[in-house]
Amino acid sequence: MADLDLAYLVSALPLLWDGMEVTLLLTLFGVVGGLALGAVLAVLRLSRAKPLALLAAGYVTFFRSIPILLGIFWFYFLVPLWLGRPVGGFYAALIGFVLFEAAYFCEIIRAGIQSVRRDQILAGLASGLTYRQTMRMVVLPQALRNMLPVLLTQSINLFKGTSLVYVVGVRDFLTAADIIGTRDNQIIEMYCFVAVVYFLLCCAASLLAGRLQRRYAI
Amino acid sequence: MIEIEHLSKRYDDFRVLADCTVAIARGEVIVVCGPSGSGKSTLIKCVNGLEPFDEGRITVDGISVGDRSTDLPKLRARIGMVFQSFELYPHMSVTENICLAQIKVLRRSKNEAVARARALLDRVGMLEHAEKFPGNLSGGQQQRVAIARALAMDPIAMLFDEPTSALDPEMINEVLDVMVDLAKEGMTMIVVTHEMGFARKVADRVVFMDEGSIVEDAPTDAFFAAPRSDRARLFLSKILQH
Repeated sequence: MADLDLAYLVSALPLLWDGMEVTLLLTLFGVVGGLALGAVLAVLRLSRAKPLALLAAGYVTFFRSIPILLGIFWFYFLVPLWLGRPVGGFYAALIGFVLFEAAYFCEIIRAGIQSVRRDQILAGLASGLTYRQTMRMVVLPQALRNMLPVLLTQSINLFKGTSLVYVVGVRDFLTAADIIGTRDNQIIEMYCFVAVVYFLLCCAASLLAGRLQRRYAI
Repeated sequence: MIEIEHLSKRYDDFRVLADCTVAIARGEVIVVCGPSGSGKSTLIKCVNGLEPFDEGRITVDGISVGDRSTDLPKLRARIGMVFQSFELYPHMSVTENICLAQIKVLRRSKNEAVARARALLDRVGMLEHAEKFPGNLSGGQQQRVAIARALAMDPIAMLFDEPTSALDPEMINEVLDVMVDLAKEGMTMIVVTHEMGFARKVADRVVFMDEGSIVEDAPTDAFFAAPRSDRARLFLSKILQH
């Protein structure tokens, strides 16, 4: 550790980058899928149809009460039993992330919509806009601005959380580093390097979140 | 032009409106006053269908508001409404605020809508703020923009729900001035307000409400000279004392 070998690190970069690609893909698909499903759940939770609202509330409570690691295990071990064929670590993890993140995103989106004053809806309706138009043009743009910082924070959490795929042998960034470090007996160097990379990326994303918030704040 | 007949509304066991009947002719200005919780706001929100009601009937320009077959958005587009807390859209500039419904509801072209917005902003003395956002305006300025936004739809009547209650005292007159001009031009108006000076100056009639009922509906002069009911007399003595 005393003399960190830069040349060694450089030689390891291609494999680490492969891992980083997996991490970024899992984060991207997890966020996009989670947001889409979360938005649907949020609309259901806010709907006046009681059974739908209860269903969505149940979903959210259920998934928020369970460790995400357990979710990944389920999809890795149980879904293949049900489907009759293996789904692979990547897809098992991705399904887990989407389903779990959707519960969190649902609550963020719901809070965002509820943060918009009710009289804003009345103002839109009073001007002759339909309810849908009012939601689309008056409420959601404000809700989105209000929830942007929290959405980004949650996405950063997922970015770090994707390292859980270690347990099902998917080669994300952390797993790749672990494999290389073990192989070359450079564990400490690798773990330090990984920590620095996560730290820098998350800091950059946090700064970006802060900047976006100031720019779009109402 | 606006007929409210035997209007009643309740929330569970609480009676919000009880058998309210009042008619407003074209070009008339009505001031609705009364203690808080007396149902004034609810009454005018029933007029454009923002509040549903249980019994009775409201017609605006011959169209029944409570009728299931009534195209409410279309009717609302013809009735301007001004809220206590302005309710400008904070994510849009002043001009965009005034153009939104013109473009989306009346299907005006962008140029047409902007021209109309600028003419109205000039009229309420806000033209120089056309590109600003609501957050950068004072309450009085926001309320004047909100009035311009309602007028941009060329309404046949205007509803004001305590338009000056959320304003600092020094800003009340700039808003009332705009409303006085509007009244003098012959706009049909229902104004929920405690500004008795405004009522004296422009109202044709004053409607006094208490506990969901219309207690008194009298010509302005008669109302101020000698309110018939004790409750109205008490109310007036309370708000006119200082």
